[in-house]
Amino acid sequence: MGTVHGSGSVEGGAPLVEVRGVSKRFGGTQALDDVSVSLAPGEVHAFVGENGAGKSTLGKVVAGLYSADSGRLLVGGREVQRWDPLRAQQAGVAMIAQELSLVPELTVAENVFLGVEEHRLGILRGTLAARFARLEDEVGFGLPPRARVRELRLADQQKVEIMRSLARDARVIVMDEPTSSLTTHETQRLHRLIQHLKAQDRTIVYVSHFLDAVFEVSDTISIMRDGRLVRSAPAMQETKRSVVEGMLGRRLDATFPPRPATVSAEVAPILQVSDLASERGARGASLAVRPGEIVGLLGLVGSGRTEIARAIFGADRVTGGDVCFDGERITGKRPRDAISRGMVFVPEDRHHQGLVLDRSVKENVSLAFLDRFSRHGIIATRDERHAVTDMVQSLQMRPPAIDLPVAGFSGGNQQKALLSKWLIGQPRLVILDEPTRGVDIGAKFTIYEAITALARRGVAVLLISSEHEEVLNLSHRAYLVIDGRTRGEVDPSSTPADEVLFQLFSVADTTLKEQPA
Amino acid sequence: MTTDLASADAMPAHTTPAATRALFFVRDYAVLILLVILLVVLAMASPSFFTFANLMNIANQNVPLAMIAAAGTFVIVSGNFDLSTGAMFAVGSVSAAAIADGTGNPWLGLLAAPVICVALGLVNGVAVTTLRVHSFLATLATSLVFSAIAVMVTGGSLITVTVDGFTDLGRLRVGGVFIAVIVLATFVAVLWFTLQRTLFGRHVFAVGGNADAAELSGIRVAKVRICVFMLSGLAAGLAAAIAVSRISSGQPQAGLGMELEAIAAIILGGTSIYGGVGAVWRSISGVYLIALIGNGFDIMSVNPQLKDLVTGVIILAAVALAAVGNRRR
Repeated sequence: MGTVHGSGSVEGGAPLVEVRGVSKRFGGTQALDDVSVSLAPGEVHAFVGENGAGKSTLGKVVAGLYSADSGRLLVGGREVQRWDPLRAQQAGVAMIAQELSLVPELTVAENVFLGVEEHRLGILRGTLAARFARLEDEVGFGLPPRARVRELRLADQQKVEIMRSLARDARVIVMDEPTSSLTTHETQRLHRLIQHLKAQDRTIVYVSHFLDAVFEVSDTISIMRDGRLVRSAPAMQETKRSVVEGMLGRRLDATFPPRPATVSAEVAPILQVSDLASERGARGASLAVRPGEIVGLLGLVGSGRTEIARAIFGADRVTGGDVCFDGERITGKRPRDAISRGMVFVPEDRHHQGLVLDRSVKENVSLAFLDRFSRHGIIATRDERHAVTDMVQSLQMRPPAIDLPVAGFSGGNQQKALLSKWLIGQPRLVILDEPTRGVDIGAKFTIYEAITALARRGVAVLLISSEHEEVLNLSHRAYLVIDGRTRGEVDPSSTPADEVLFQLFSVADTTLKEQPA
Repeated sequence: MTTDLASADAMPAHTTPAATRALFFVRDYAVLILLVILLVVLAMASPSFFTFANLMNIANQNVPLAMIAAAGTFVIVSGNFDLSTGAMFAVGSVSAAAIADGTGNPWLGLLAAPVICVALGLVNGVAVTTLRVHSFLATLATSLVFSAIAVMVTGGSLITVTVDGFTDLGRLRVGGVFIAVIVLATFVAVLWFTLQRTLFGRHVFAVGGNADAAELSGIRVAKVRICVFMLSGLAAGLAAAIAVSRISSGQPQAGLGMELEAIAAIILGGTSIYGGVGAVWRSISGVYLIALIGNGFDIMSVNPQLKDLVTGVIILAAVALAAVGNRRR
């Protein structure tokens, strides 16, 4: 392992990078409002906050990806005039973004040294192998230098990004949500690496909302809320509770609406799925949902919950099993057939699967049921406008500016637009995949209320969420999902979240060894 | 050394609302503004420019290109390219001439062009959707096939039509206005309405903006794509009918390079090359902006060799302006 410079303490020396009174607007959103933060050499500095609090934006301003509207930036004690990714890199500031910026068709080593290749008159010289080996000695990732980045897992791609920043001898490395796609084990390895980098007197900016991870590595925590800095304080002076309260700006209290009345087991299910398998990863799912019932799918990321939902909806090719909706067998039909029968699927990835970002809220919300607002193929614009306005207002979308492109709205409002898009069709079964991902607390509660309101009106709801708390607090019944299969039911009202996790992990271990049909 | 981080490339869009509106206005209507400026400049520069006869001639001459660009807007908004419009135009031209000449029925020949080209468009659409090849490649390939067909129909030579009434569509006027211009105006009005106000138009936007989301919304993405290519074929066929009627002869070299001229006009109008954004009026404005530049060169007797250079620079400037406006994301 490398040499250790200095003590890596928070108080060590003058700040490496200092942000003073920085503000930044995106359209109508004040992403940063007069924020000042300083980064000391050899510290791990966490930016925490809810989604939309401005923590990522702040990280990107430090790394030169965004230019601030006003405010000042000091690097090594000197003010910088212009700041962009290239200048930041030359000054030793690197960013490892959430959306990784690697060239998938190049090899690991080529990516690591991209832009800093050794050359003479533009002709590459020497092999990358030797340089890569030197770097590898230091980090010990064990990545194959000749593998194409496209073939690597996301976690490994992230390591390539880290090596890339080290190849440029970055003194400040901004990591945006570095653990969001990592397993627990991988997270721990990342944290060990961070400690190692810190020992070399490098500064790590750790942008995250996973508080456990934040407390594990950071020296300093800066809490953001609504684009403002709440406070920067040594991690030792904070507790998880104090940080959460700082993020929320209020004391913690009950955040779930009351569960709707339980539906009798004698009511016939509207959705009955048996032994469903699909091309994409459903491997035997059996479940039932009754009208007015909220049924959850509990599973780890990658357990096949989404794949089961997509197979039910007809978005993926079904290879086995049966889907019965309202007494009719609809196995293997297309999404449009499901929609016309009253089943809708609100996908998890609103940017890629849910919304057409460049188009207006109105066009997005009416898209799936446009035939209801049109006659002979011609859109009745007034009907459309009324229906969409009513719908988004019922979900408290603010502002209800339905003619603006969806792209300009916050995550919470986009999610409300996505929900509106599907609820406007007055479905009888709603499949919700991660309905509150990337959404702020206030919008979350509105969405919870919308979900329970649906059930009260007799709509059946199939709920998927990585936040197990959500599933446990909202659903009447929940299925455990492991490896594309449903594995028994739990009673959400009497099962604590950690018990669910324990079950998911322990069953997962046994199924890995043996996979019964 | 005090610094404002808001450097020159920071968004002027966030300065004041008035400035923001002005910037967006300029970006959204750049093509119209340029068109008006050019009209005024040319009107002042030459008394022979701003006459009904000259303007009507410009309008009439560019009918075929404007038709292809109007339909091409659908193709590009849906996230596709059609590089075969020039070749379809050629097939339409020679088949119209051949059929009119062979049967002696002028209208049968003129009707054949759009019908045949719709079929060619169907071939494009099916190729793109079933082979899952990017439309750029698929239509590049089909354009070669179509060009070869056009050559085979004529045996490589010119088909001159001497049938009575064959030239009516391209040459006659009603109340001083060319029939071709009336056909174009009707075609454009229908396409404008279709794109803005119908189910199909909305689906075209959705497919181009986000095909996955469209599919999950129950839209038959493949069907929309096929329809868009058929529409492009229809336009190429109509354009060919008008053009061939005008010159009363069909030749396989007709329409050479027209596909790129049309795409240039669409882009100049401000329709996004990435799909999901655009409008028919923009493309029509683009066509006539380029046409006015050409006309300006003619009436002001500037060296015509500079025409392409100036056109190219203007397209580049318009695209750059749109790019600046979009950088806010």
